[in-house]
Amino acid sequence: MQSRLRTATLALGLAAMAFAGAAAAHAQDLKSFEQKITTKVLPNGLTLIVCERPDAPVFSYSTFIDAGDVNDPSGESGLAHMFEHLAFKGTSQIGTTDYAAEKVALAKVEAANAAYEAEYLKPVGRDPQKLGELKKAFLDAQTEAHKYVIPNQFTEIADRNGAEGLNAETGLDQTQYFWSMPENRLELWAYLESSRLADTVPREFYKERDVVIEERRMRTDSNPEGRLFEQFVATAYVAHPYGRSNIGWPSEVSQINATEAMEFHKKYYVGANIVVSVVGDVKASEAMPMLEKYFSRVPGGPKPEEMTTVEPKQFAEKTVVIRDPNQPIYMEGYHRPDYRDPDNAVYDAISDILSNGRVSRLYRSLVRDQQIAAVAEGVSPYPGEKYPGLFVFFAAPLPGHTPQEMRDAIHKEIEKLRSAEVTDEELAMYKTRARADLLRGLADSQGLANDLAEYQARYGDWRELFLQLDKVDKVTKADIRRVANQVFTASNRTEAWTETEAPTAPAQKTEAGNDGGAQ
Amino acid sequence: MKSLSRRNPLLNSFLRISISLAATAILLAPAALSAQQDKPWERIPVTKLHDFKPQQPKRIELKNGIVIFLQEDHDLPFVSGSVLIPGGSRDESPAKAGLVGLYGQAWRTSGTAKMDGDSLDDLLEAKAAHIETEGDEDSTAVSWDSLKGDADQVFSLALDLLLHPKFSREKLELAQQQEATGIVRRNDDEGAIAERESVKLVYGVNSPYTRQPELATIGAVTLDDLQAWHDRTIGGKLIVGISGDFDPVAMEAKLRAAFEGLPQVKPEPPRHDIFPGPTPGVYFINKEDVNQSDVAIVGMGIDRHNPDVPTVAVMNEILGGGFSSRLFQKVRTELGLAYEVEGGVTFAYDHPGPLSAVVVTKSPSTVEATKATLAEIAGLTTKPFTEEELARAKDNLLTSFLFRYDTKDKVLAERERLEFYGYPADYLETYKAGLEKVTIADLEAAAKKYVHAEKLAVLVVGNGPEIKPGLDELKLGPVRPIDITIPQPGRPAAPGEKP
Repeated sequence: MQSRLRTATLALGLAAMAFAGAAAAHAQDLKSFEQKITTKVLPNGLTLIVCERPDAPVFSYSTFIDAGDVNDPSGESGLAHMFEHLAFKGTSQIGTTDYAAEKVALAKVEAANAAYEAEYLKPVGRDPQKLGELKKAFLDAQTEAHKYVIPNQFTEIADRNGAEGLNAETGLDQTQYFWSMPENRLELWAYLESSRLADTVPREFYKERDVVIEERRMRTDSNPEGRLFEQFVATAYVAHPYGRSNIGWPSEVSQINATEAMEFHKKYYVGANIVVSVVGDVKASEAMPMLEKYFSRVPGGPKPEEMTTVEPKQFAEKTVVIRDPNQPIYMEGYHRPDYRDPDNAVYDAISDILSNGRVSRLYRSLVRDQQIAAVAEGVSPYPGEKYPGLFVFFAAPLPGHTPQEMRDAIHKEIEKLRSAEVTDEELAMYKTRARADLLRGLADSQGLANDLAEYQARYGDWRELFLQLDKVDKVTKADIRRVANQVFTASNRTEAWTETEAPTAPAQKTEAGNDGGAQ
Repeated sequence: MKSLSRRNPLLNSFLRISISLAATAILLAPAALSAQQDKPWERIPVTKLHDFKPQQPKRIELKNGIVIFLQEDHDLPFVSGSVLIPGGSRDESPAKAGLVGLYGQAWRTSGTAKMDGDSLDDLLEAKAAHIETEGDEDSTAVSWDSLKGDADQVFSLALDLLLHPKFSREKLELAQQQEATGIVRRNDDEGAIAERESVKLVYGVNSPYTRQPELATIGAVTLDDLQAWHDRTIGGKLIVGISGDFDPVAMEAKLRAAFEGLPQVKPEPPRHDIFPGPTPGVYFINKEDVNQSDVAIVGMGIDRHNPDVPTVAVMNEILGGGFSSRLFQKVRTELGLAYEVEGGVTFAYDHPGPLSAVVVTKSPSTVEATKATLAEIAGLTTKPFTEEELARAKDNLLTSFLFRYDTKDKVLAERERLEFYGYPADYLETYKAGLEKVTIADLEAAAKKYVHAEKLAVLVVGNGPEIKPGLDELKLGPVRPIDITIPQPGRPAAPGEKP
């Protein structure tokens, strides 16, 4: 269940129906998908997409929630991800021996947590004895509530019914839930999925919070790359929540409570904010009424207001240096517009020409010819695409070479993009590969389900998955040079690298503060 | 073919930090308590599954012993193929450890006499086509894919590369640099250290399955070594697999023309590996830039030929398969001690895999989490398996079984794998029938036979000063530090392990 730091492009990879004749004869163009795909917007605002693909008696689904960790309220970073974990904990019917009694017990847990936190957070006059008592009361309340829990029953039902690849991801922009299943369990799936969307119960919240904090230690605190990425984006952004740790700052994620998680659910898990797609051995005419019945249980309500903070224009070049015992890594980023920008495909073209394969400019220059790096790439958008993100370069130096050499070599390649047009061959290669990648991607039903839901949510129409091709085709050499000059400027840049330094003093504690919850 | 690997944080996955939770499958809830009134989901009808017979590839065995599989798939206008070649890093000389890895890179980047690797790159990428080579533990491979219209040309190029590579000094040096980067970075990631060093504890530091490339051993590899490796392995039993949008008659004719003229294949010599299993005890590697311990608990597993494999697969589900497994329920859900916890007895196709469990927990709870994980492993022999656990594990494995063959590519890959390791083509059916028959008595017998808690090694990679209580609290004898210093060429190799 994870936070996904998205890399490259939605759009690269997407385009294309007609493979210059080749694909036109095939069953994989837009027209053929229009025949296979049925969409329906329910009265509660939720959009259903069914794509018929009867190759094998299975289906894959994807539920796309247009809310992620950018929507975490101030002081509650990591909330969207925390709620995602909660969505595996069952409902008022699943995972409980007696929901009526459990509900009362859970309310007591919240009250006990609030009392404990209030004492814990007192700036002055905290009473250690009282704190101990309140903590005990909090633990006792959890023990009481736990009596009614049937642990992991939701996933047990899914697994016993053949769920494959069951998982979820929380990104900064969105949250996605997905798995595949034998087709004869479609209705059972509809029951499970609609139940957890509409009827989440915040049971075992505080234990799960400990699990999420372990996840943070694993991905970020104890991972040299994780530490660098977190510091890098935190430096590149001054206002927009893209700069915030999406798994949550330790002091914040450790104090999120179940009440806050359920408020997040109430606000963002409404029909208008959700797209559910199903791809597989499913007949839309038969399935749609059944799906409608189940997914109508999701509450309606207005689409939540968008997060409105706009990152101010960067005017100062910024640098982050981490000194630690690990091998050096270099990265730098430049602010770019969001995915709706007319130049979106131009960024994809730049990324492709710089980074895709052994013909790419960065590989040939830094890896093959200068022999200073093991890997060097430039990708975008990062860390998200819904709001203006970054075009990010990174490189890992060969032994004996330095981050500074990476920076200088990358800047030379950028300067080439700014001062001269790319070749006709490079541009044509980008367009060919973008089309082929789109087509190749269609083979995987889970991937297609994810894409259909995402495009429907992001563009209001899944067809955009195919229509992106038009934008790819329109990219010119002049566009690439123009965009490179606009974006790749020193004052729009944040650089970050690690320098190897043997530990001298006792290791710095990376763990932060209050664990707030039960152990 | 790839052997198991838990995490592989390579630099080129850099920004792709998508991560899944540990695994898939099973469960163990305190079902005894569930006086659950109503289970509405049980009233939802599960209809009969639509008829489905996975399309098997056509198998063609040439007179010289080479085997070809053709798997037609006309959904998309692509054709892809591969040639699998026996012999891999477990067969290389210890003094040249890393040879096969270098070979796997330099083969493709060097190219052929007709077309060097750089020109191949230009030609293929312009067509959104690929030809790649790789070197693994027990095999090497050439693979390719392209749009249908380019398939003939790409196949010719791949065949030329297979039969007539021209290894280049420059590209060998490039591969050596890449490999050296991996070596000097191998102690940066805690999980990678735990995975690598725990497998060494199982197989021994000098085993063909664990010996690791060092700066000195990769530096010793020459162009002649690459050519000699190629000359030796290409005479083995090649397995050729083609899938996609092609005409089967024309394709078969083309492949016969390409491969029939090769010499009779030579059988692989029998292996004489020994698998001693770990020396029990607690091992420790200090890493002070982390706040979490990565704990690996390991022993000896079994070979897939073992008739107990279906039973052990069910036992694995019960121990560490997924959300409902004993490990997940106890260590993650109940104790909240870990995000990542998993475990089981693994089986490789032609040698025993390790028994292993992994738990990743904050430094101060290292001992508690390790004890809890060890207790679940030991519990396989002491805590009775319940009918509920058995039913759940079987449901998990069997209901999702069709995802092993729900696409034509998966069917092809499975057939190639079975052919490579000499298993019957109906292995999956036999295996599935075996799963269906597993009983509680079978589980109890298998647990006794394969789970020996007293023979396990516990490896902790973590921040020593933060681990309180200390590892001596595990009461498993003295804590033995492992030295993972990376040997520098010109100096004597560091011992893999210090007492």
